[in-house]
Amino acid sequence: MRRQSFAKTMGKARRIRHLDQGVKPTHIQLMTELNKIRNFSIVAHIDHGKSTLADRLIQETGTVKDRDMQEQMLDSMDIERERGITIKANTVRIDYKADDGENYVLNLIDTPGHVDFAYEVSRSMRAVEGSLLVVDSSQGVEAQTLANVYHAMDADHEIVSILNKIDLPASDCDRVAEQIEDVIGLDATDAIQVSAKTGQGIHETLEAIVKKLPAPKGERNAPLKAMLVDSWYDAYLGVIVLVRIIDGVLKKGERIKMLSNGSVHHVDRIGVFKPQREEIDELGPGEIGFLTASIKQVRDTRVGDTITHEKKGTEDALPGFKPAQPVVFCGLFPVDSAEFEDLRDAIDKLALNDASFSFEMETSAALGFGFRCGFLGLLHLEVIRDRIEREYDIELITTAPSVIYHIHMKDGTMQELHNPADMPDLTFVDHMQEPRIKATILVPDEYLGDVLKLCQDRRGIQEDLTYAGTRAMVVYDLPLNEVVFDFYDRLKSVTKGYASFDYQMMGYRQDFLVKMSILVNDEPVDALSTMVHRDRAEMRGRAMVEKLKDLIPRHMFKIPIQAAIGGKVIARETLSAMRKDVTAKCYGGDATRKKKLLEKQKAGKKKMRQFGKVDIPQEAFISALKMDG
Amino acid sequence: MHLQNWLRAALSADWQNGGFGIYVHWPFCQAKCPYCDFNSHVSREIDERRWLNAYLAELDRAAAELPGRVVNAVFFGGGTPSLMHPDTVAAIIERIRKHWPMPNDPEITLEANPGSVEAGRFRGYADGGVTRISMGVQALNDRDLKRLGRIHTVDEAKKAFEIAHSTFERVSFDLIYARQDQTLEDWKKELNEALCLAIDHLSLYQLTIEKGTAFSDRYEKGGLTGLPVEDLAADMYDVTNELCERAGLFGYEVSNYAKVGAESRHNLIYWRYGDYLGIGPGAHGRLTIDGVKYATEHFKMPNAWLENAERGRGEKIRDALSGTDQANEYLIMGLRITEGIDTTRLENLAGAKIDTTALTHLTDLGLIEQSGSHLRTTPQGRLLLNSVIGELIY
Repeated sequence: MRRQSFAKTMGKARRIRHLDQGVKPTHIQLMTELNKIRNFSIVAHIDHGKSTLADRLIQETGTVKDRDMQEQMLDSMDIERERGITIKANTVRIDYKADDGENYVLNLIDTPGHVDFAYEVSRSMRAVEGSLLVVDSSQGVEAQTLANVYHAMDADHEIVSILNKIDLPASDCDRVAEQIEDVIGLDATDAIQVSAKTGQGIHETLEAIVKKLPAPKGERNAPLKAMLVDSWYDAYLGVIVLVRIIDGVLKKGERIKMLSNGSVHHVDRIGVFKPQREEIDELGPGEIGFLTASIKQVRDTRVGDTITHEKKGTEDALPGFKPAQPVVFCGLFPVDSAEFEDLRDAIDKLALNDASFSFEMETSAALGFGFRCGFLGLLHLEVIRDRIEREYDIELITTAPSVIYHIHMKDGTMQELHNPADMPDLTFVDHMQEPRIKATILVPDEYLGDVLKLCQDRRGIQEDLTYAGTRAMVVYDLPLNEVVFDFYDRLKSVTKGYASFDYQMMGYRQDFLVKMSILVNDEPVDALSTMVHRDRAEMRGRAMVEKLKDLIPRHMFKIPIQAAIGGKVIARETLSAMRKDVTAKCYGGDATRKKKLLEKQKAGKKKMRQFGKVDIPQEAFISALKMDG
Repeated sequence: MHLQNWLRAALSADWQNGGFGIYVHWPFCQAKCPYCDFNSHVSREIDERRWLNAYLAELDRAAAELPGRVVNAVFFGGGTPSLMHPDTVAAIIERIRKHWPMPNDPEITLEANPGSVEAGRFRGYADGGVTRISMGVQALNDRDLKRLGRIHTVDEAKKAFEIAHSTFERVSFDLIYARQDQTLEDWKKELNEALCLAIDHLSLYQLTIEKGTAFSDRYEKGGLTGLPVEDLAADMYDVTNELCERAGLFGYEVSNYAKVGAESRHNLIYWRYGDYLGIGPGAHGRLTIDGVKYATEHFKMPNAWLENAERGRGEKIRDALSGTDQANEYLIMGLRITEGIDTTRLENLAGAKIDTTALTHLTDLGLIEQSGSHLRTTPQGRLLLNSVIGELIY
């Protein structure tokens, strides 16, 4: 029943919001003593059992009846479910009567686990005081676990280690406990052995939450200070805002203010998720819940923002707030140019619910009208692209992802370059900088050589290489532009899927970067231009023109395909002319058939992008950029 | 009265636009060839008298709506029309002559299998009015004949051809090349042998895997290996043009070669986009009636056609063609022949100018030639004809 996960439970809860319209909400006084509250998150790698553990905690405490539990399966976005990832933060409030006889309120925040949402993760972590570190005792620590556990440590969390899946034959608790101590540096002597599948260790986990995690601090009589943890759009209620109260009390009917922009809203509803939405009258210090205030757009609610009262509010913003910054850009164009307006609608709608996704219109000579979009990372890009194709049924051409380059001009100014097509005249450019990342890769040692080669080939600088048992942990300083395209695919392929990978942004560094153009039949194809390091340009150029030679069908004439830097051609291939394309027999009965065939052929051509006199198939725009080595 | 009709017809539009011919389809074969996608069927019992009456009835009906035409050519195709009794053929020709005038030296072609049985009927066909035989020889070695599913041998074919040659003034034969495992040298040798036999006309087709044939099934399943790649097929085509020309047979259409004046008049009607009446199962026609050009199609399955023809109409479909349709058909057919098309006629049909950007592009590539309103493909252009037409189609 892995699918019966917490993420789904929460998805269901969101859906229930409109199913229970008209049902009178149960107004219960829920304000709780600070020392009876425990707020925590769960840190785990995908598939290590985070969702199942969450489900067990909910079940064990009777928060949801066993009978209902079976129904918590569907919902949440298809993409979240299929990829086993969490994109939005979710919470659940668990009432627990501990062995000491006291009633506690446990608030669990389920955070997105992926590096693209690192900022969201860090905010969620700031909203709780402790974490459960869940490690699959048959697998061990993974790169993603590390990144998230560091977020937890940064937030000064108390951390309880859980060794999960002890029912599996391959489970090896001693080895994994040792690994936690070696790799993460956490004391794992008290690690709890759990099987979320059989329920073993669940009670011990609940007791550890109560005993080991600290209670929140907060001042009931201080001015209201609440953190905006996450938000999403609901068709009936408008934007639902997830908040953690730091100080003060938030009540229904009050007027609140967002500190980042001073906007004021009237609070319609306050409540908690158990995991179904339950309305209450107020939220006090240490509590986690939701509010609605007739807010129309998710864009107006920024994760990490401070919420206070309009009058007599605090003026101290919570530290660490920053607006979302896209790091990866690419062009999205409709395959059928007639669908441009549909694409605009789809993007507008998605943007309503995703403040971190930016877009502007773009025109490409090769691809026509489309949008240049900014994303938090590659996963974010894929999620948005998949949603447009799936939920809005628009077939897309995605251009090569690009990072943001800093172009330092001779006059001392700096320009951000999101699209290689916008590269300014080189005579005015002093130097260029590119974003770098710190990549952490955990890999079984038989694949280490391939991983090192891959990183080296992508201009990586090795920073660290350590062993934990038979697994190596490598840390590389890598240019983001070498990672955005197919690094992850290559890593998976050279390690047969056994490597785990995570990264964090490390700022900008100067390097010898050039814009490489691709010319097909002597005309530059803007959608195929890329920024590359000068030393790698020949290799990349060669690979691209060879790929394109296979991807472009033969025409009636020969077609030169070139890669060039400025006016200098660095790689060239020639696609030879088609020699035979004729029907051998055509008599009286064939005219009709032949005509239909030609008309079909003509319609098929529309599916290609005409560039000059050359038809380039859609897949060429992405496939050409994939590197095999 | 005949003279008057002839004159009127000679001056009428269909003459100028390609002439008028009649195609008669006989749908039966002794065996189905694995590469053939024509409308052919194997049947044990054929009531030939019933079939004759159906053809005659169709001719009578057509004559009523197509008065005042001159029939430039008649073609018995199939199937295997050389399985018809000579009397049946003679009766059809007689009925055609009764309804329409013909020139003094009419071209009446019959497709024949090169077997000994057929050869015995050649005299009868000639007596009945057939003037030209088109023989499906297909290959000049027995291994390949077998692979092509043919039931005759090279020796039989040569003997049948001798007999045809002594009976008819005009005899053509077909070969299929670019076959499995055929090298350029193999084909040169075979073609030279064919050119020694040939009188004044050859049809030389590159093997094409047509959908719905036994070859296509085998090809899809990964069988039928050793077919030439595009470059070899193109080289074979170039060599074919060269050797034929050296022997005095000029390529007047993509796959047809003839001495000057010996071209198939009937087939030229298709390629010049003239009018043709098509009767028999699955036969297509193009008929101009009261200024409107129609595409016609007869019932495809032999029995369905027979019953419908007996009940009053073998024709199943009659669609009026728009100007654009006609222009596109004229392009598709007319660019196949060396003499090319008249762009004024094309533009009149389409009601729109030809795409001059495409013309310039194709001229620059050496694929077409133009002088005044006369447009034709070059030999390279003919080899890329589908792409060339793709550029020009309305």
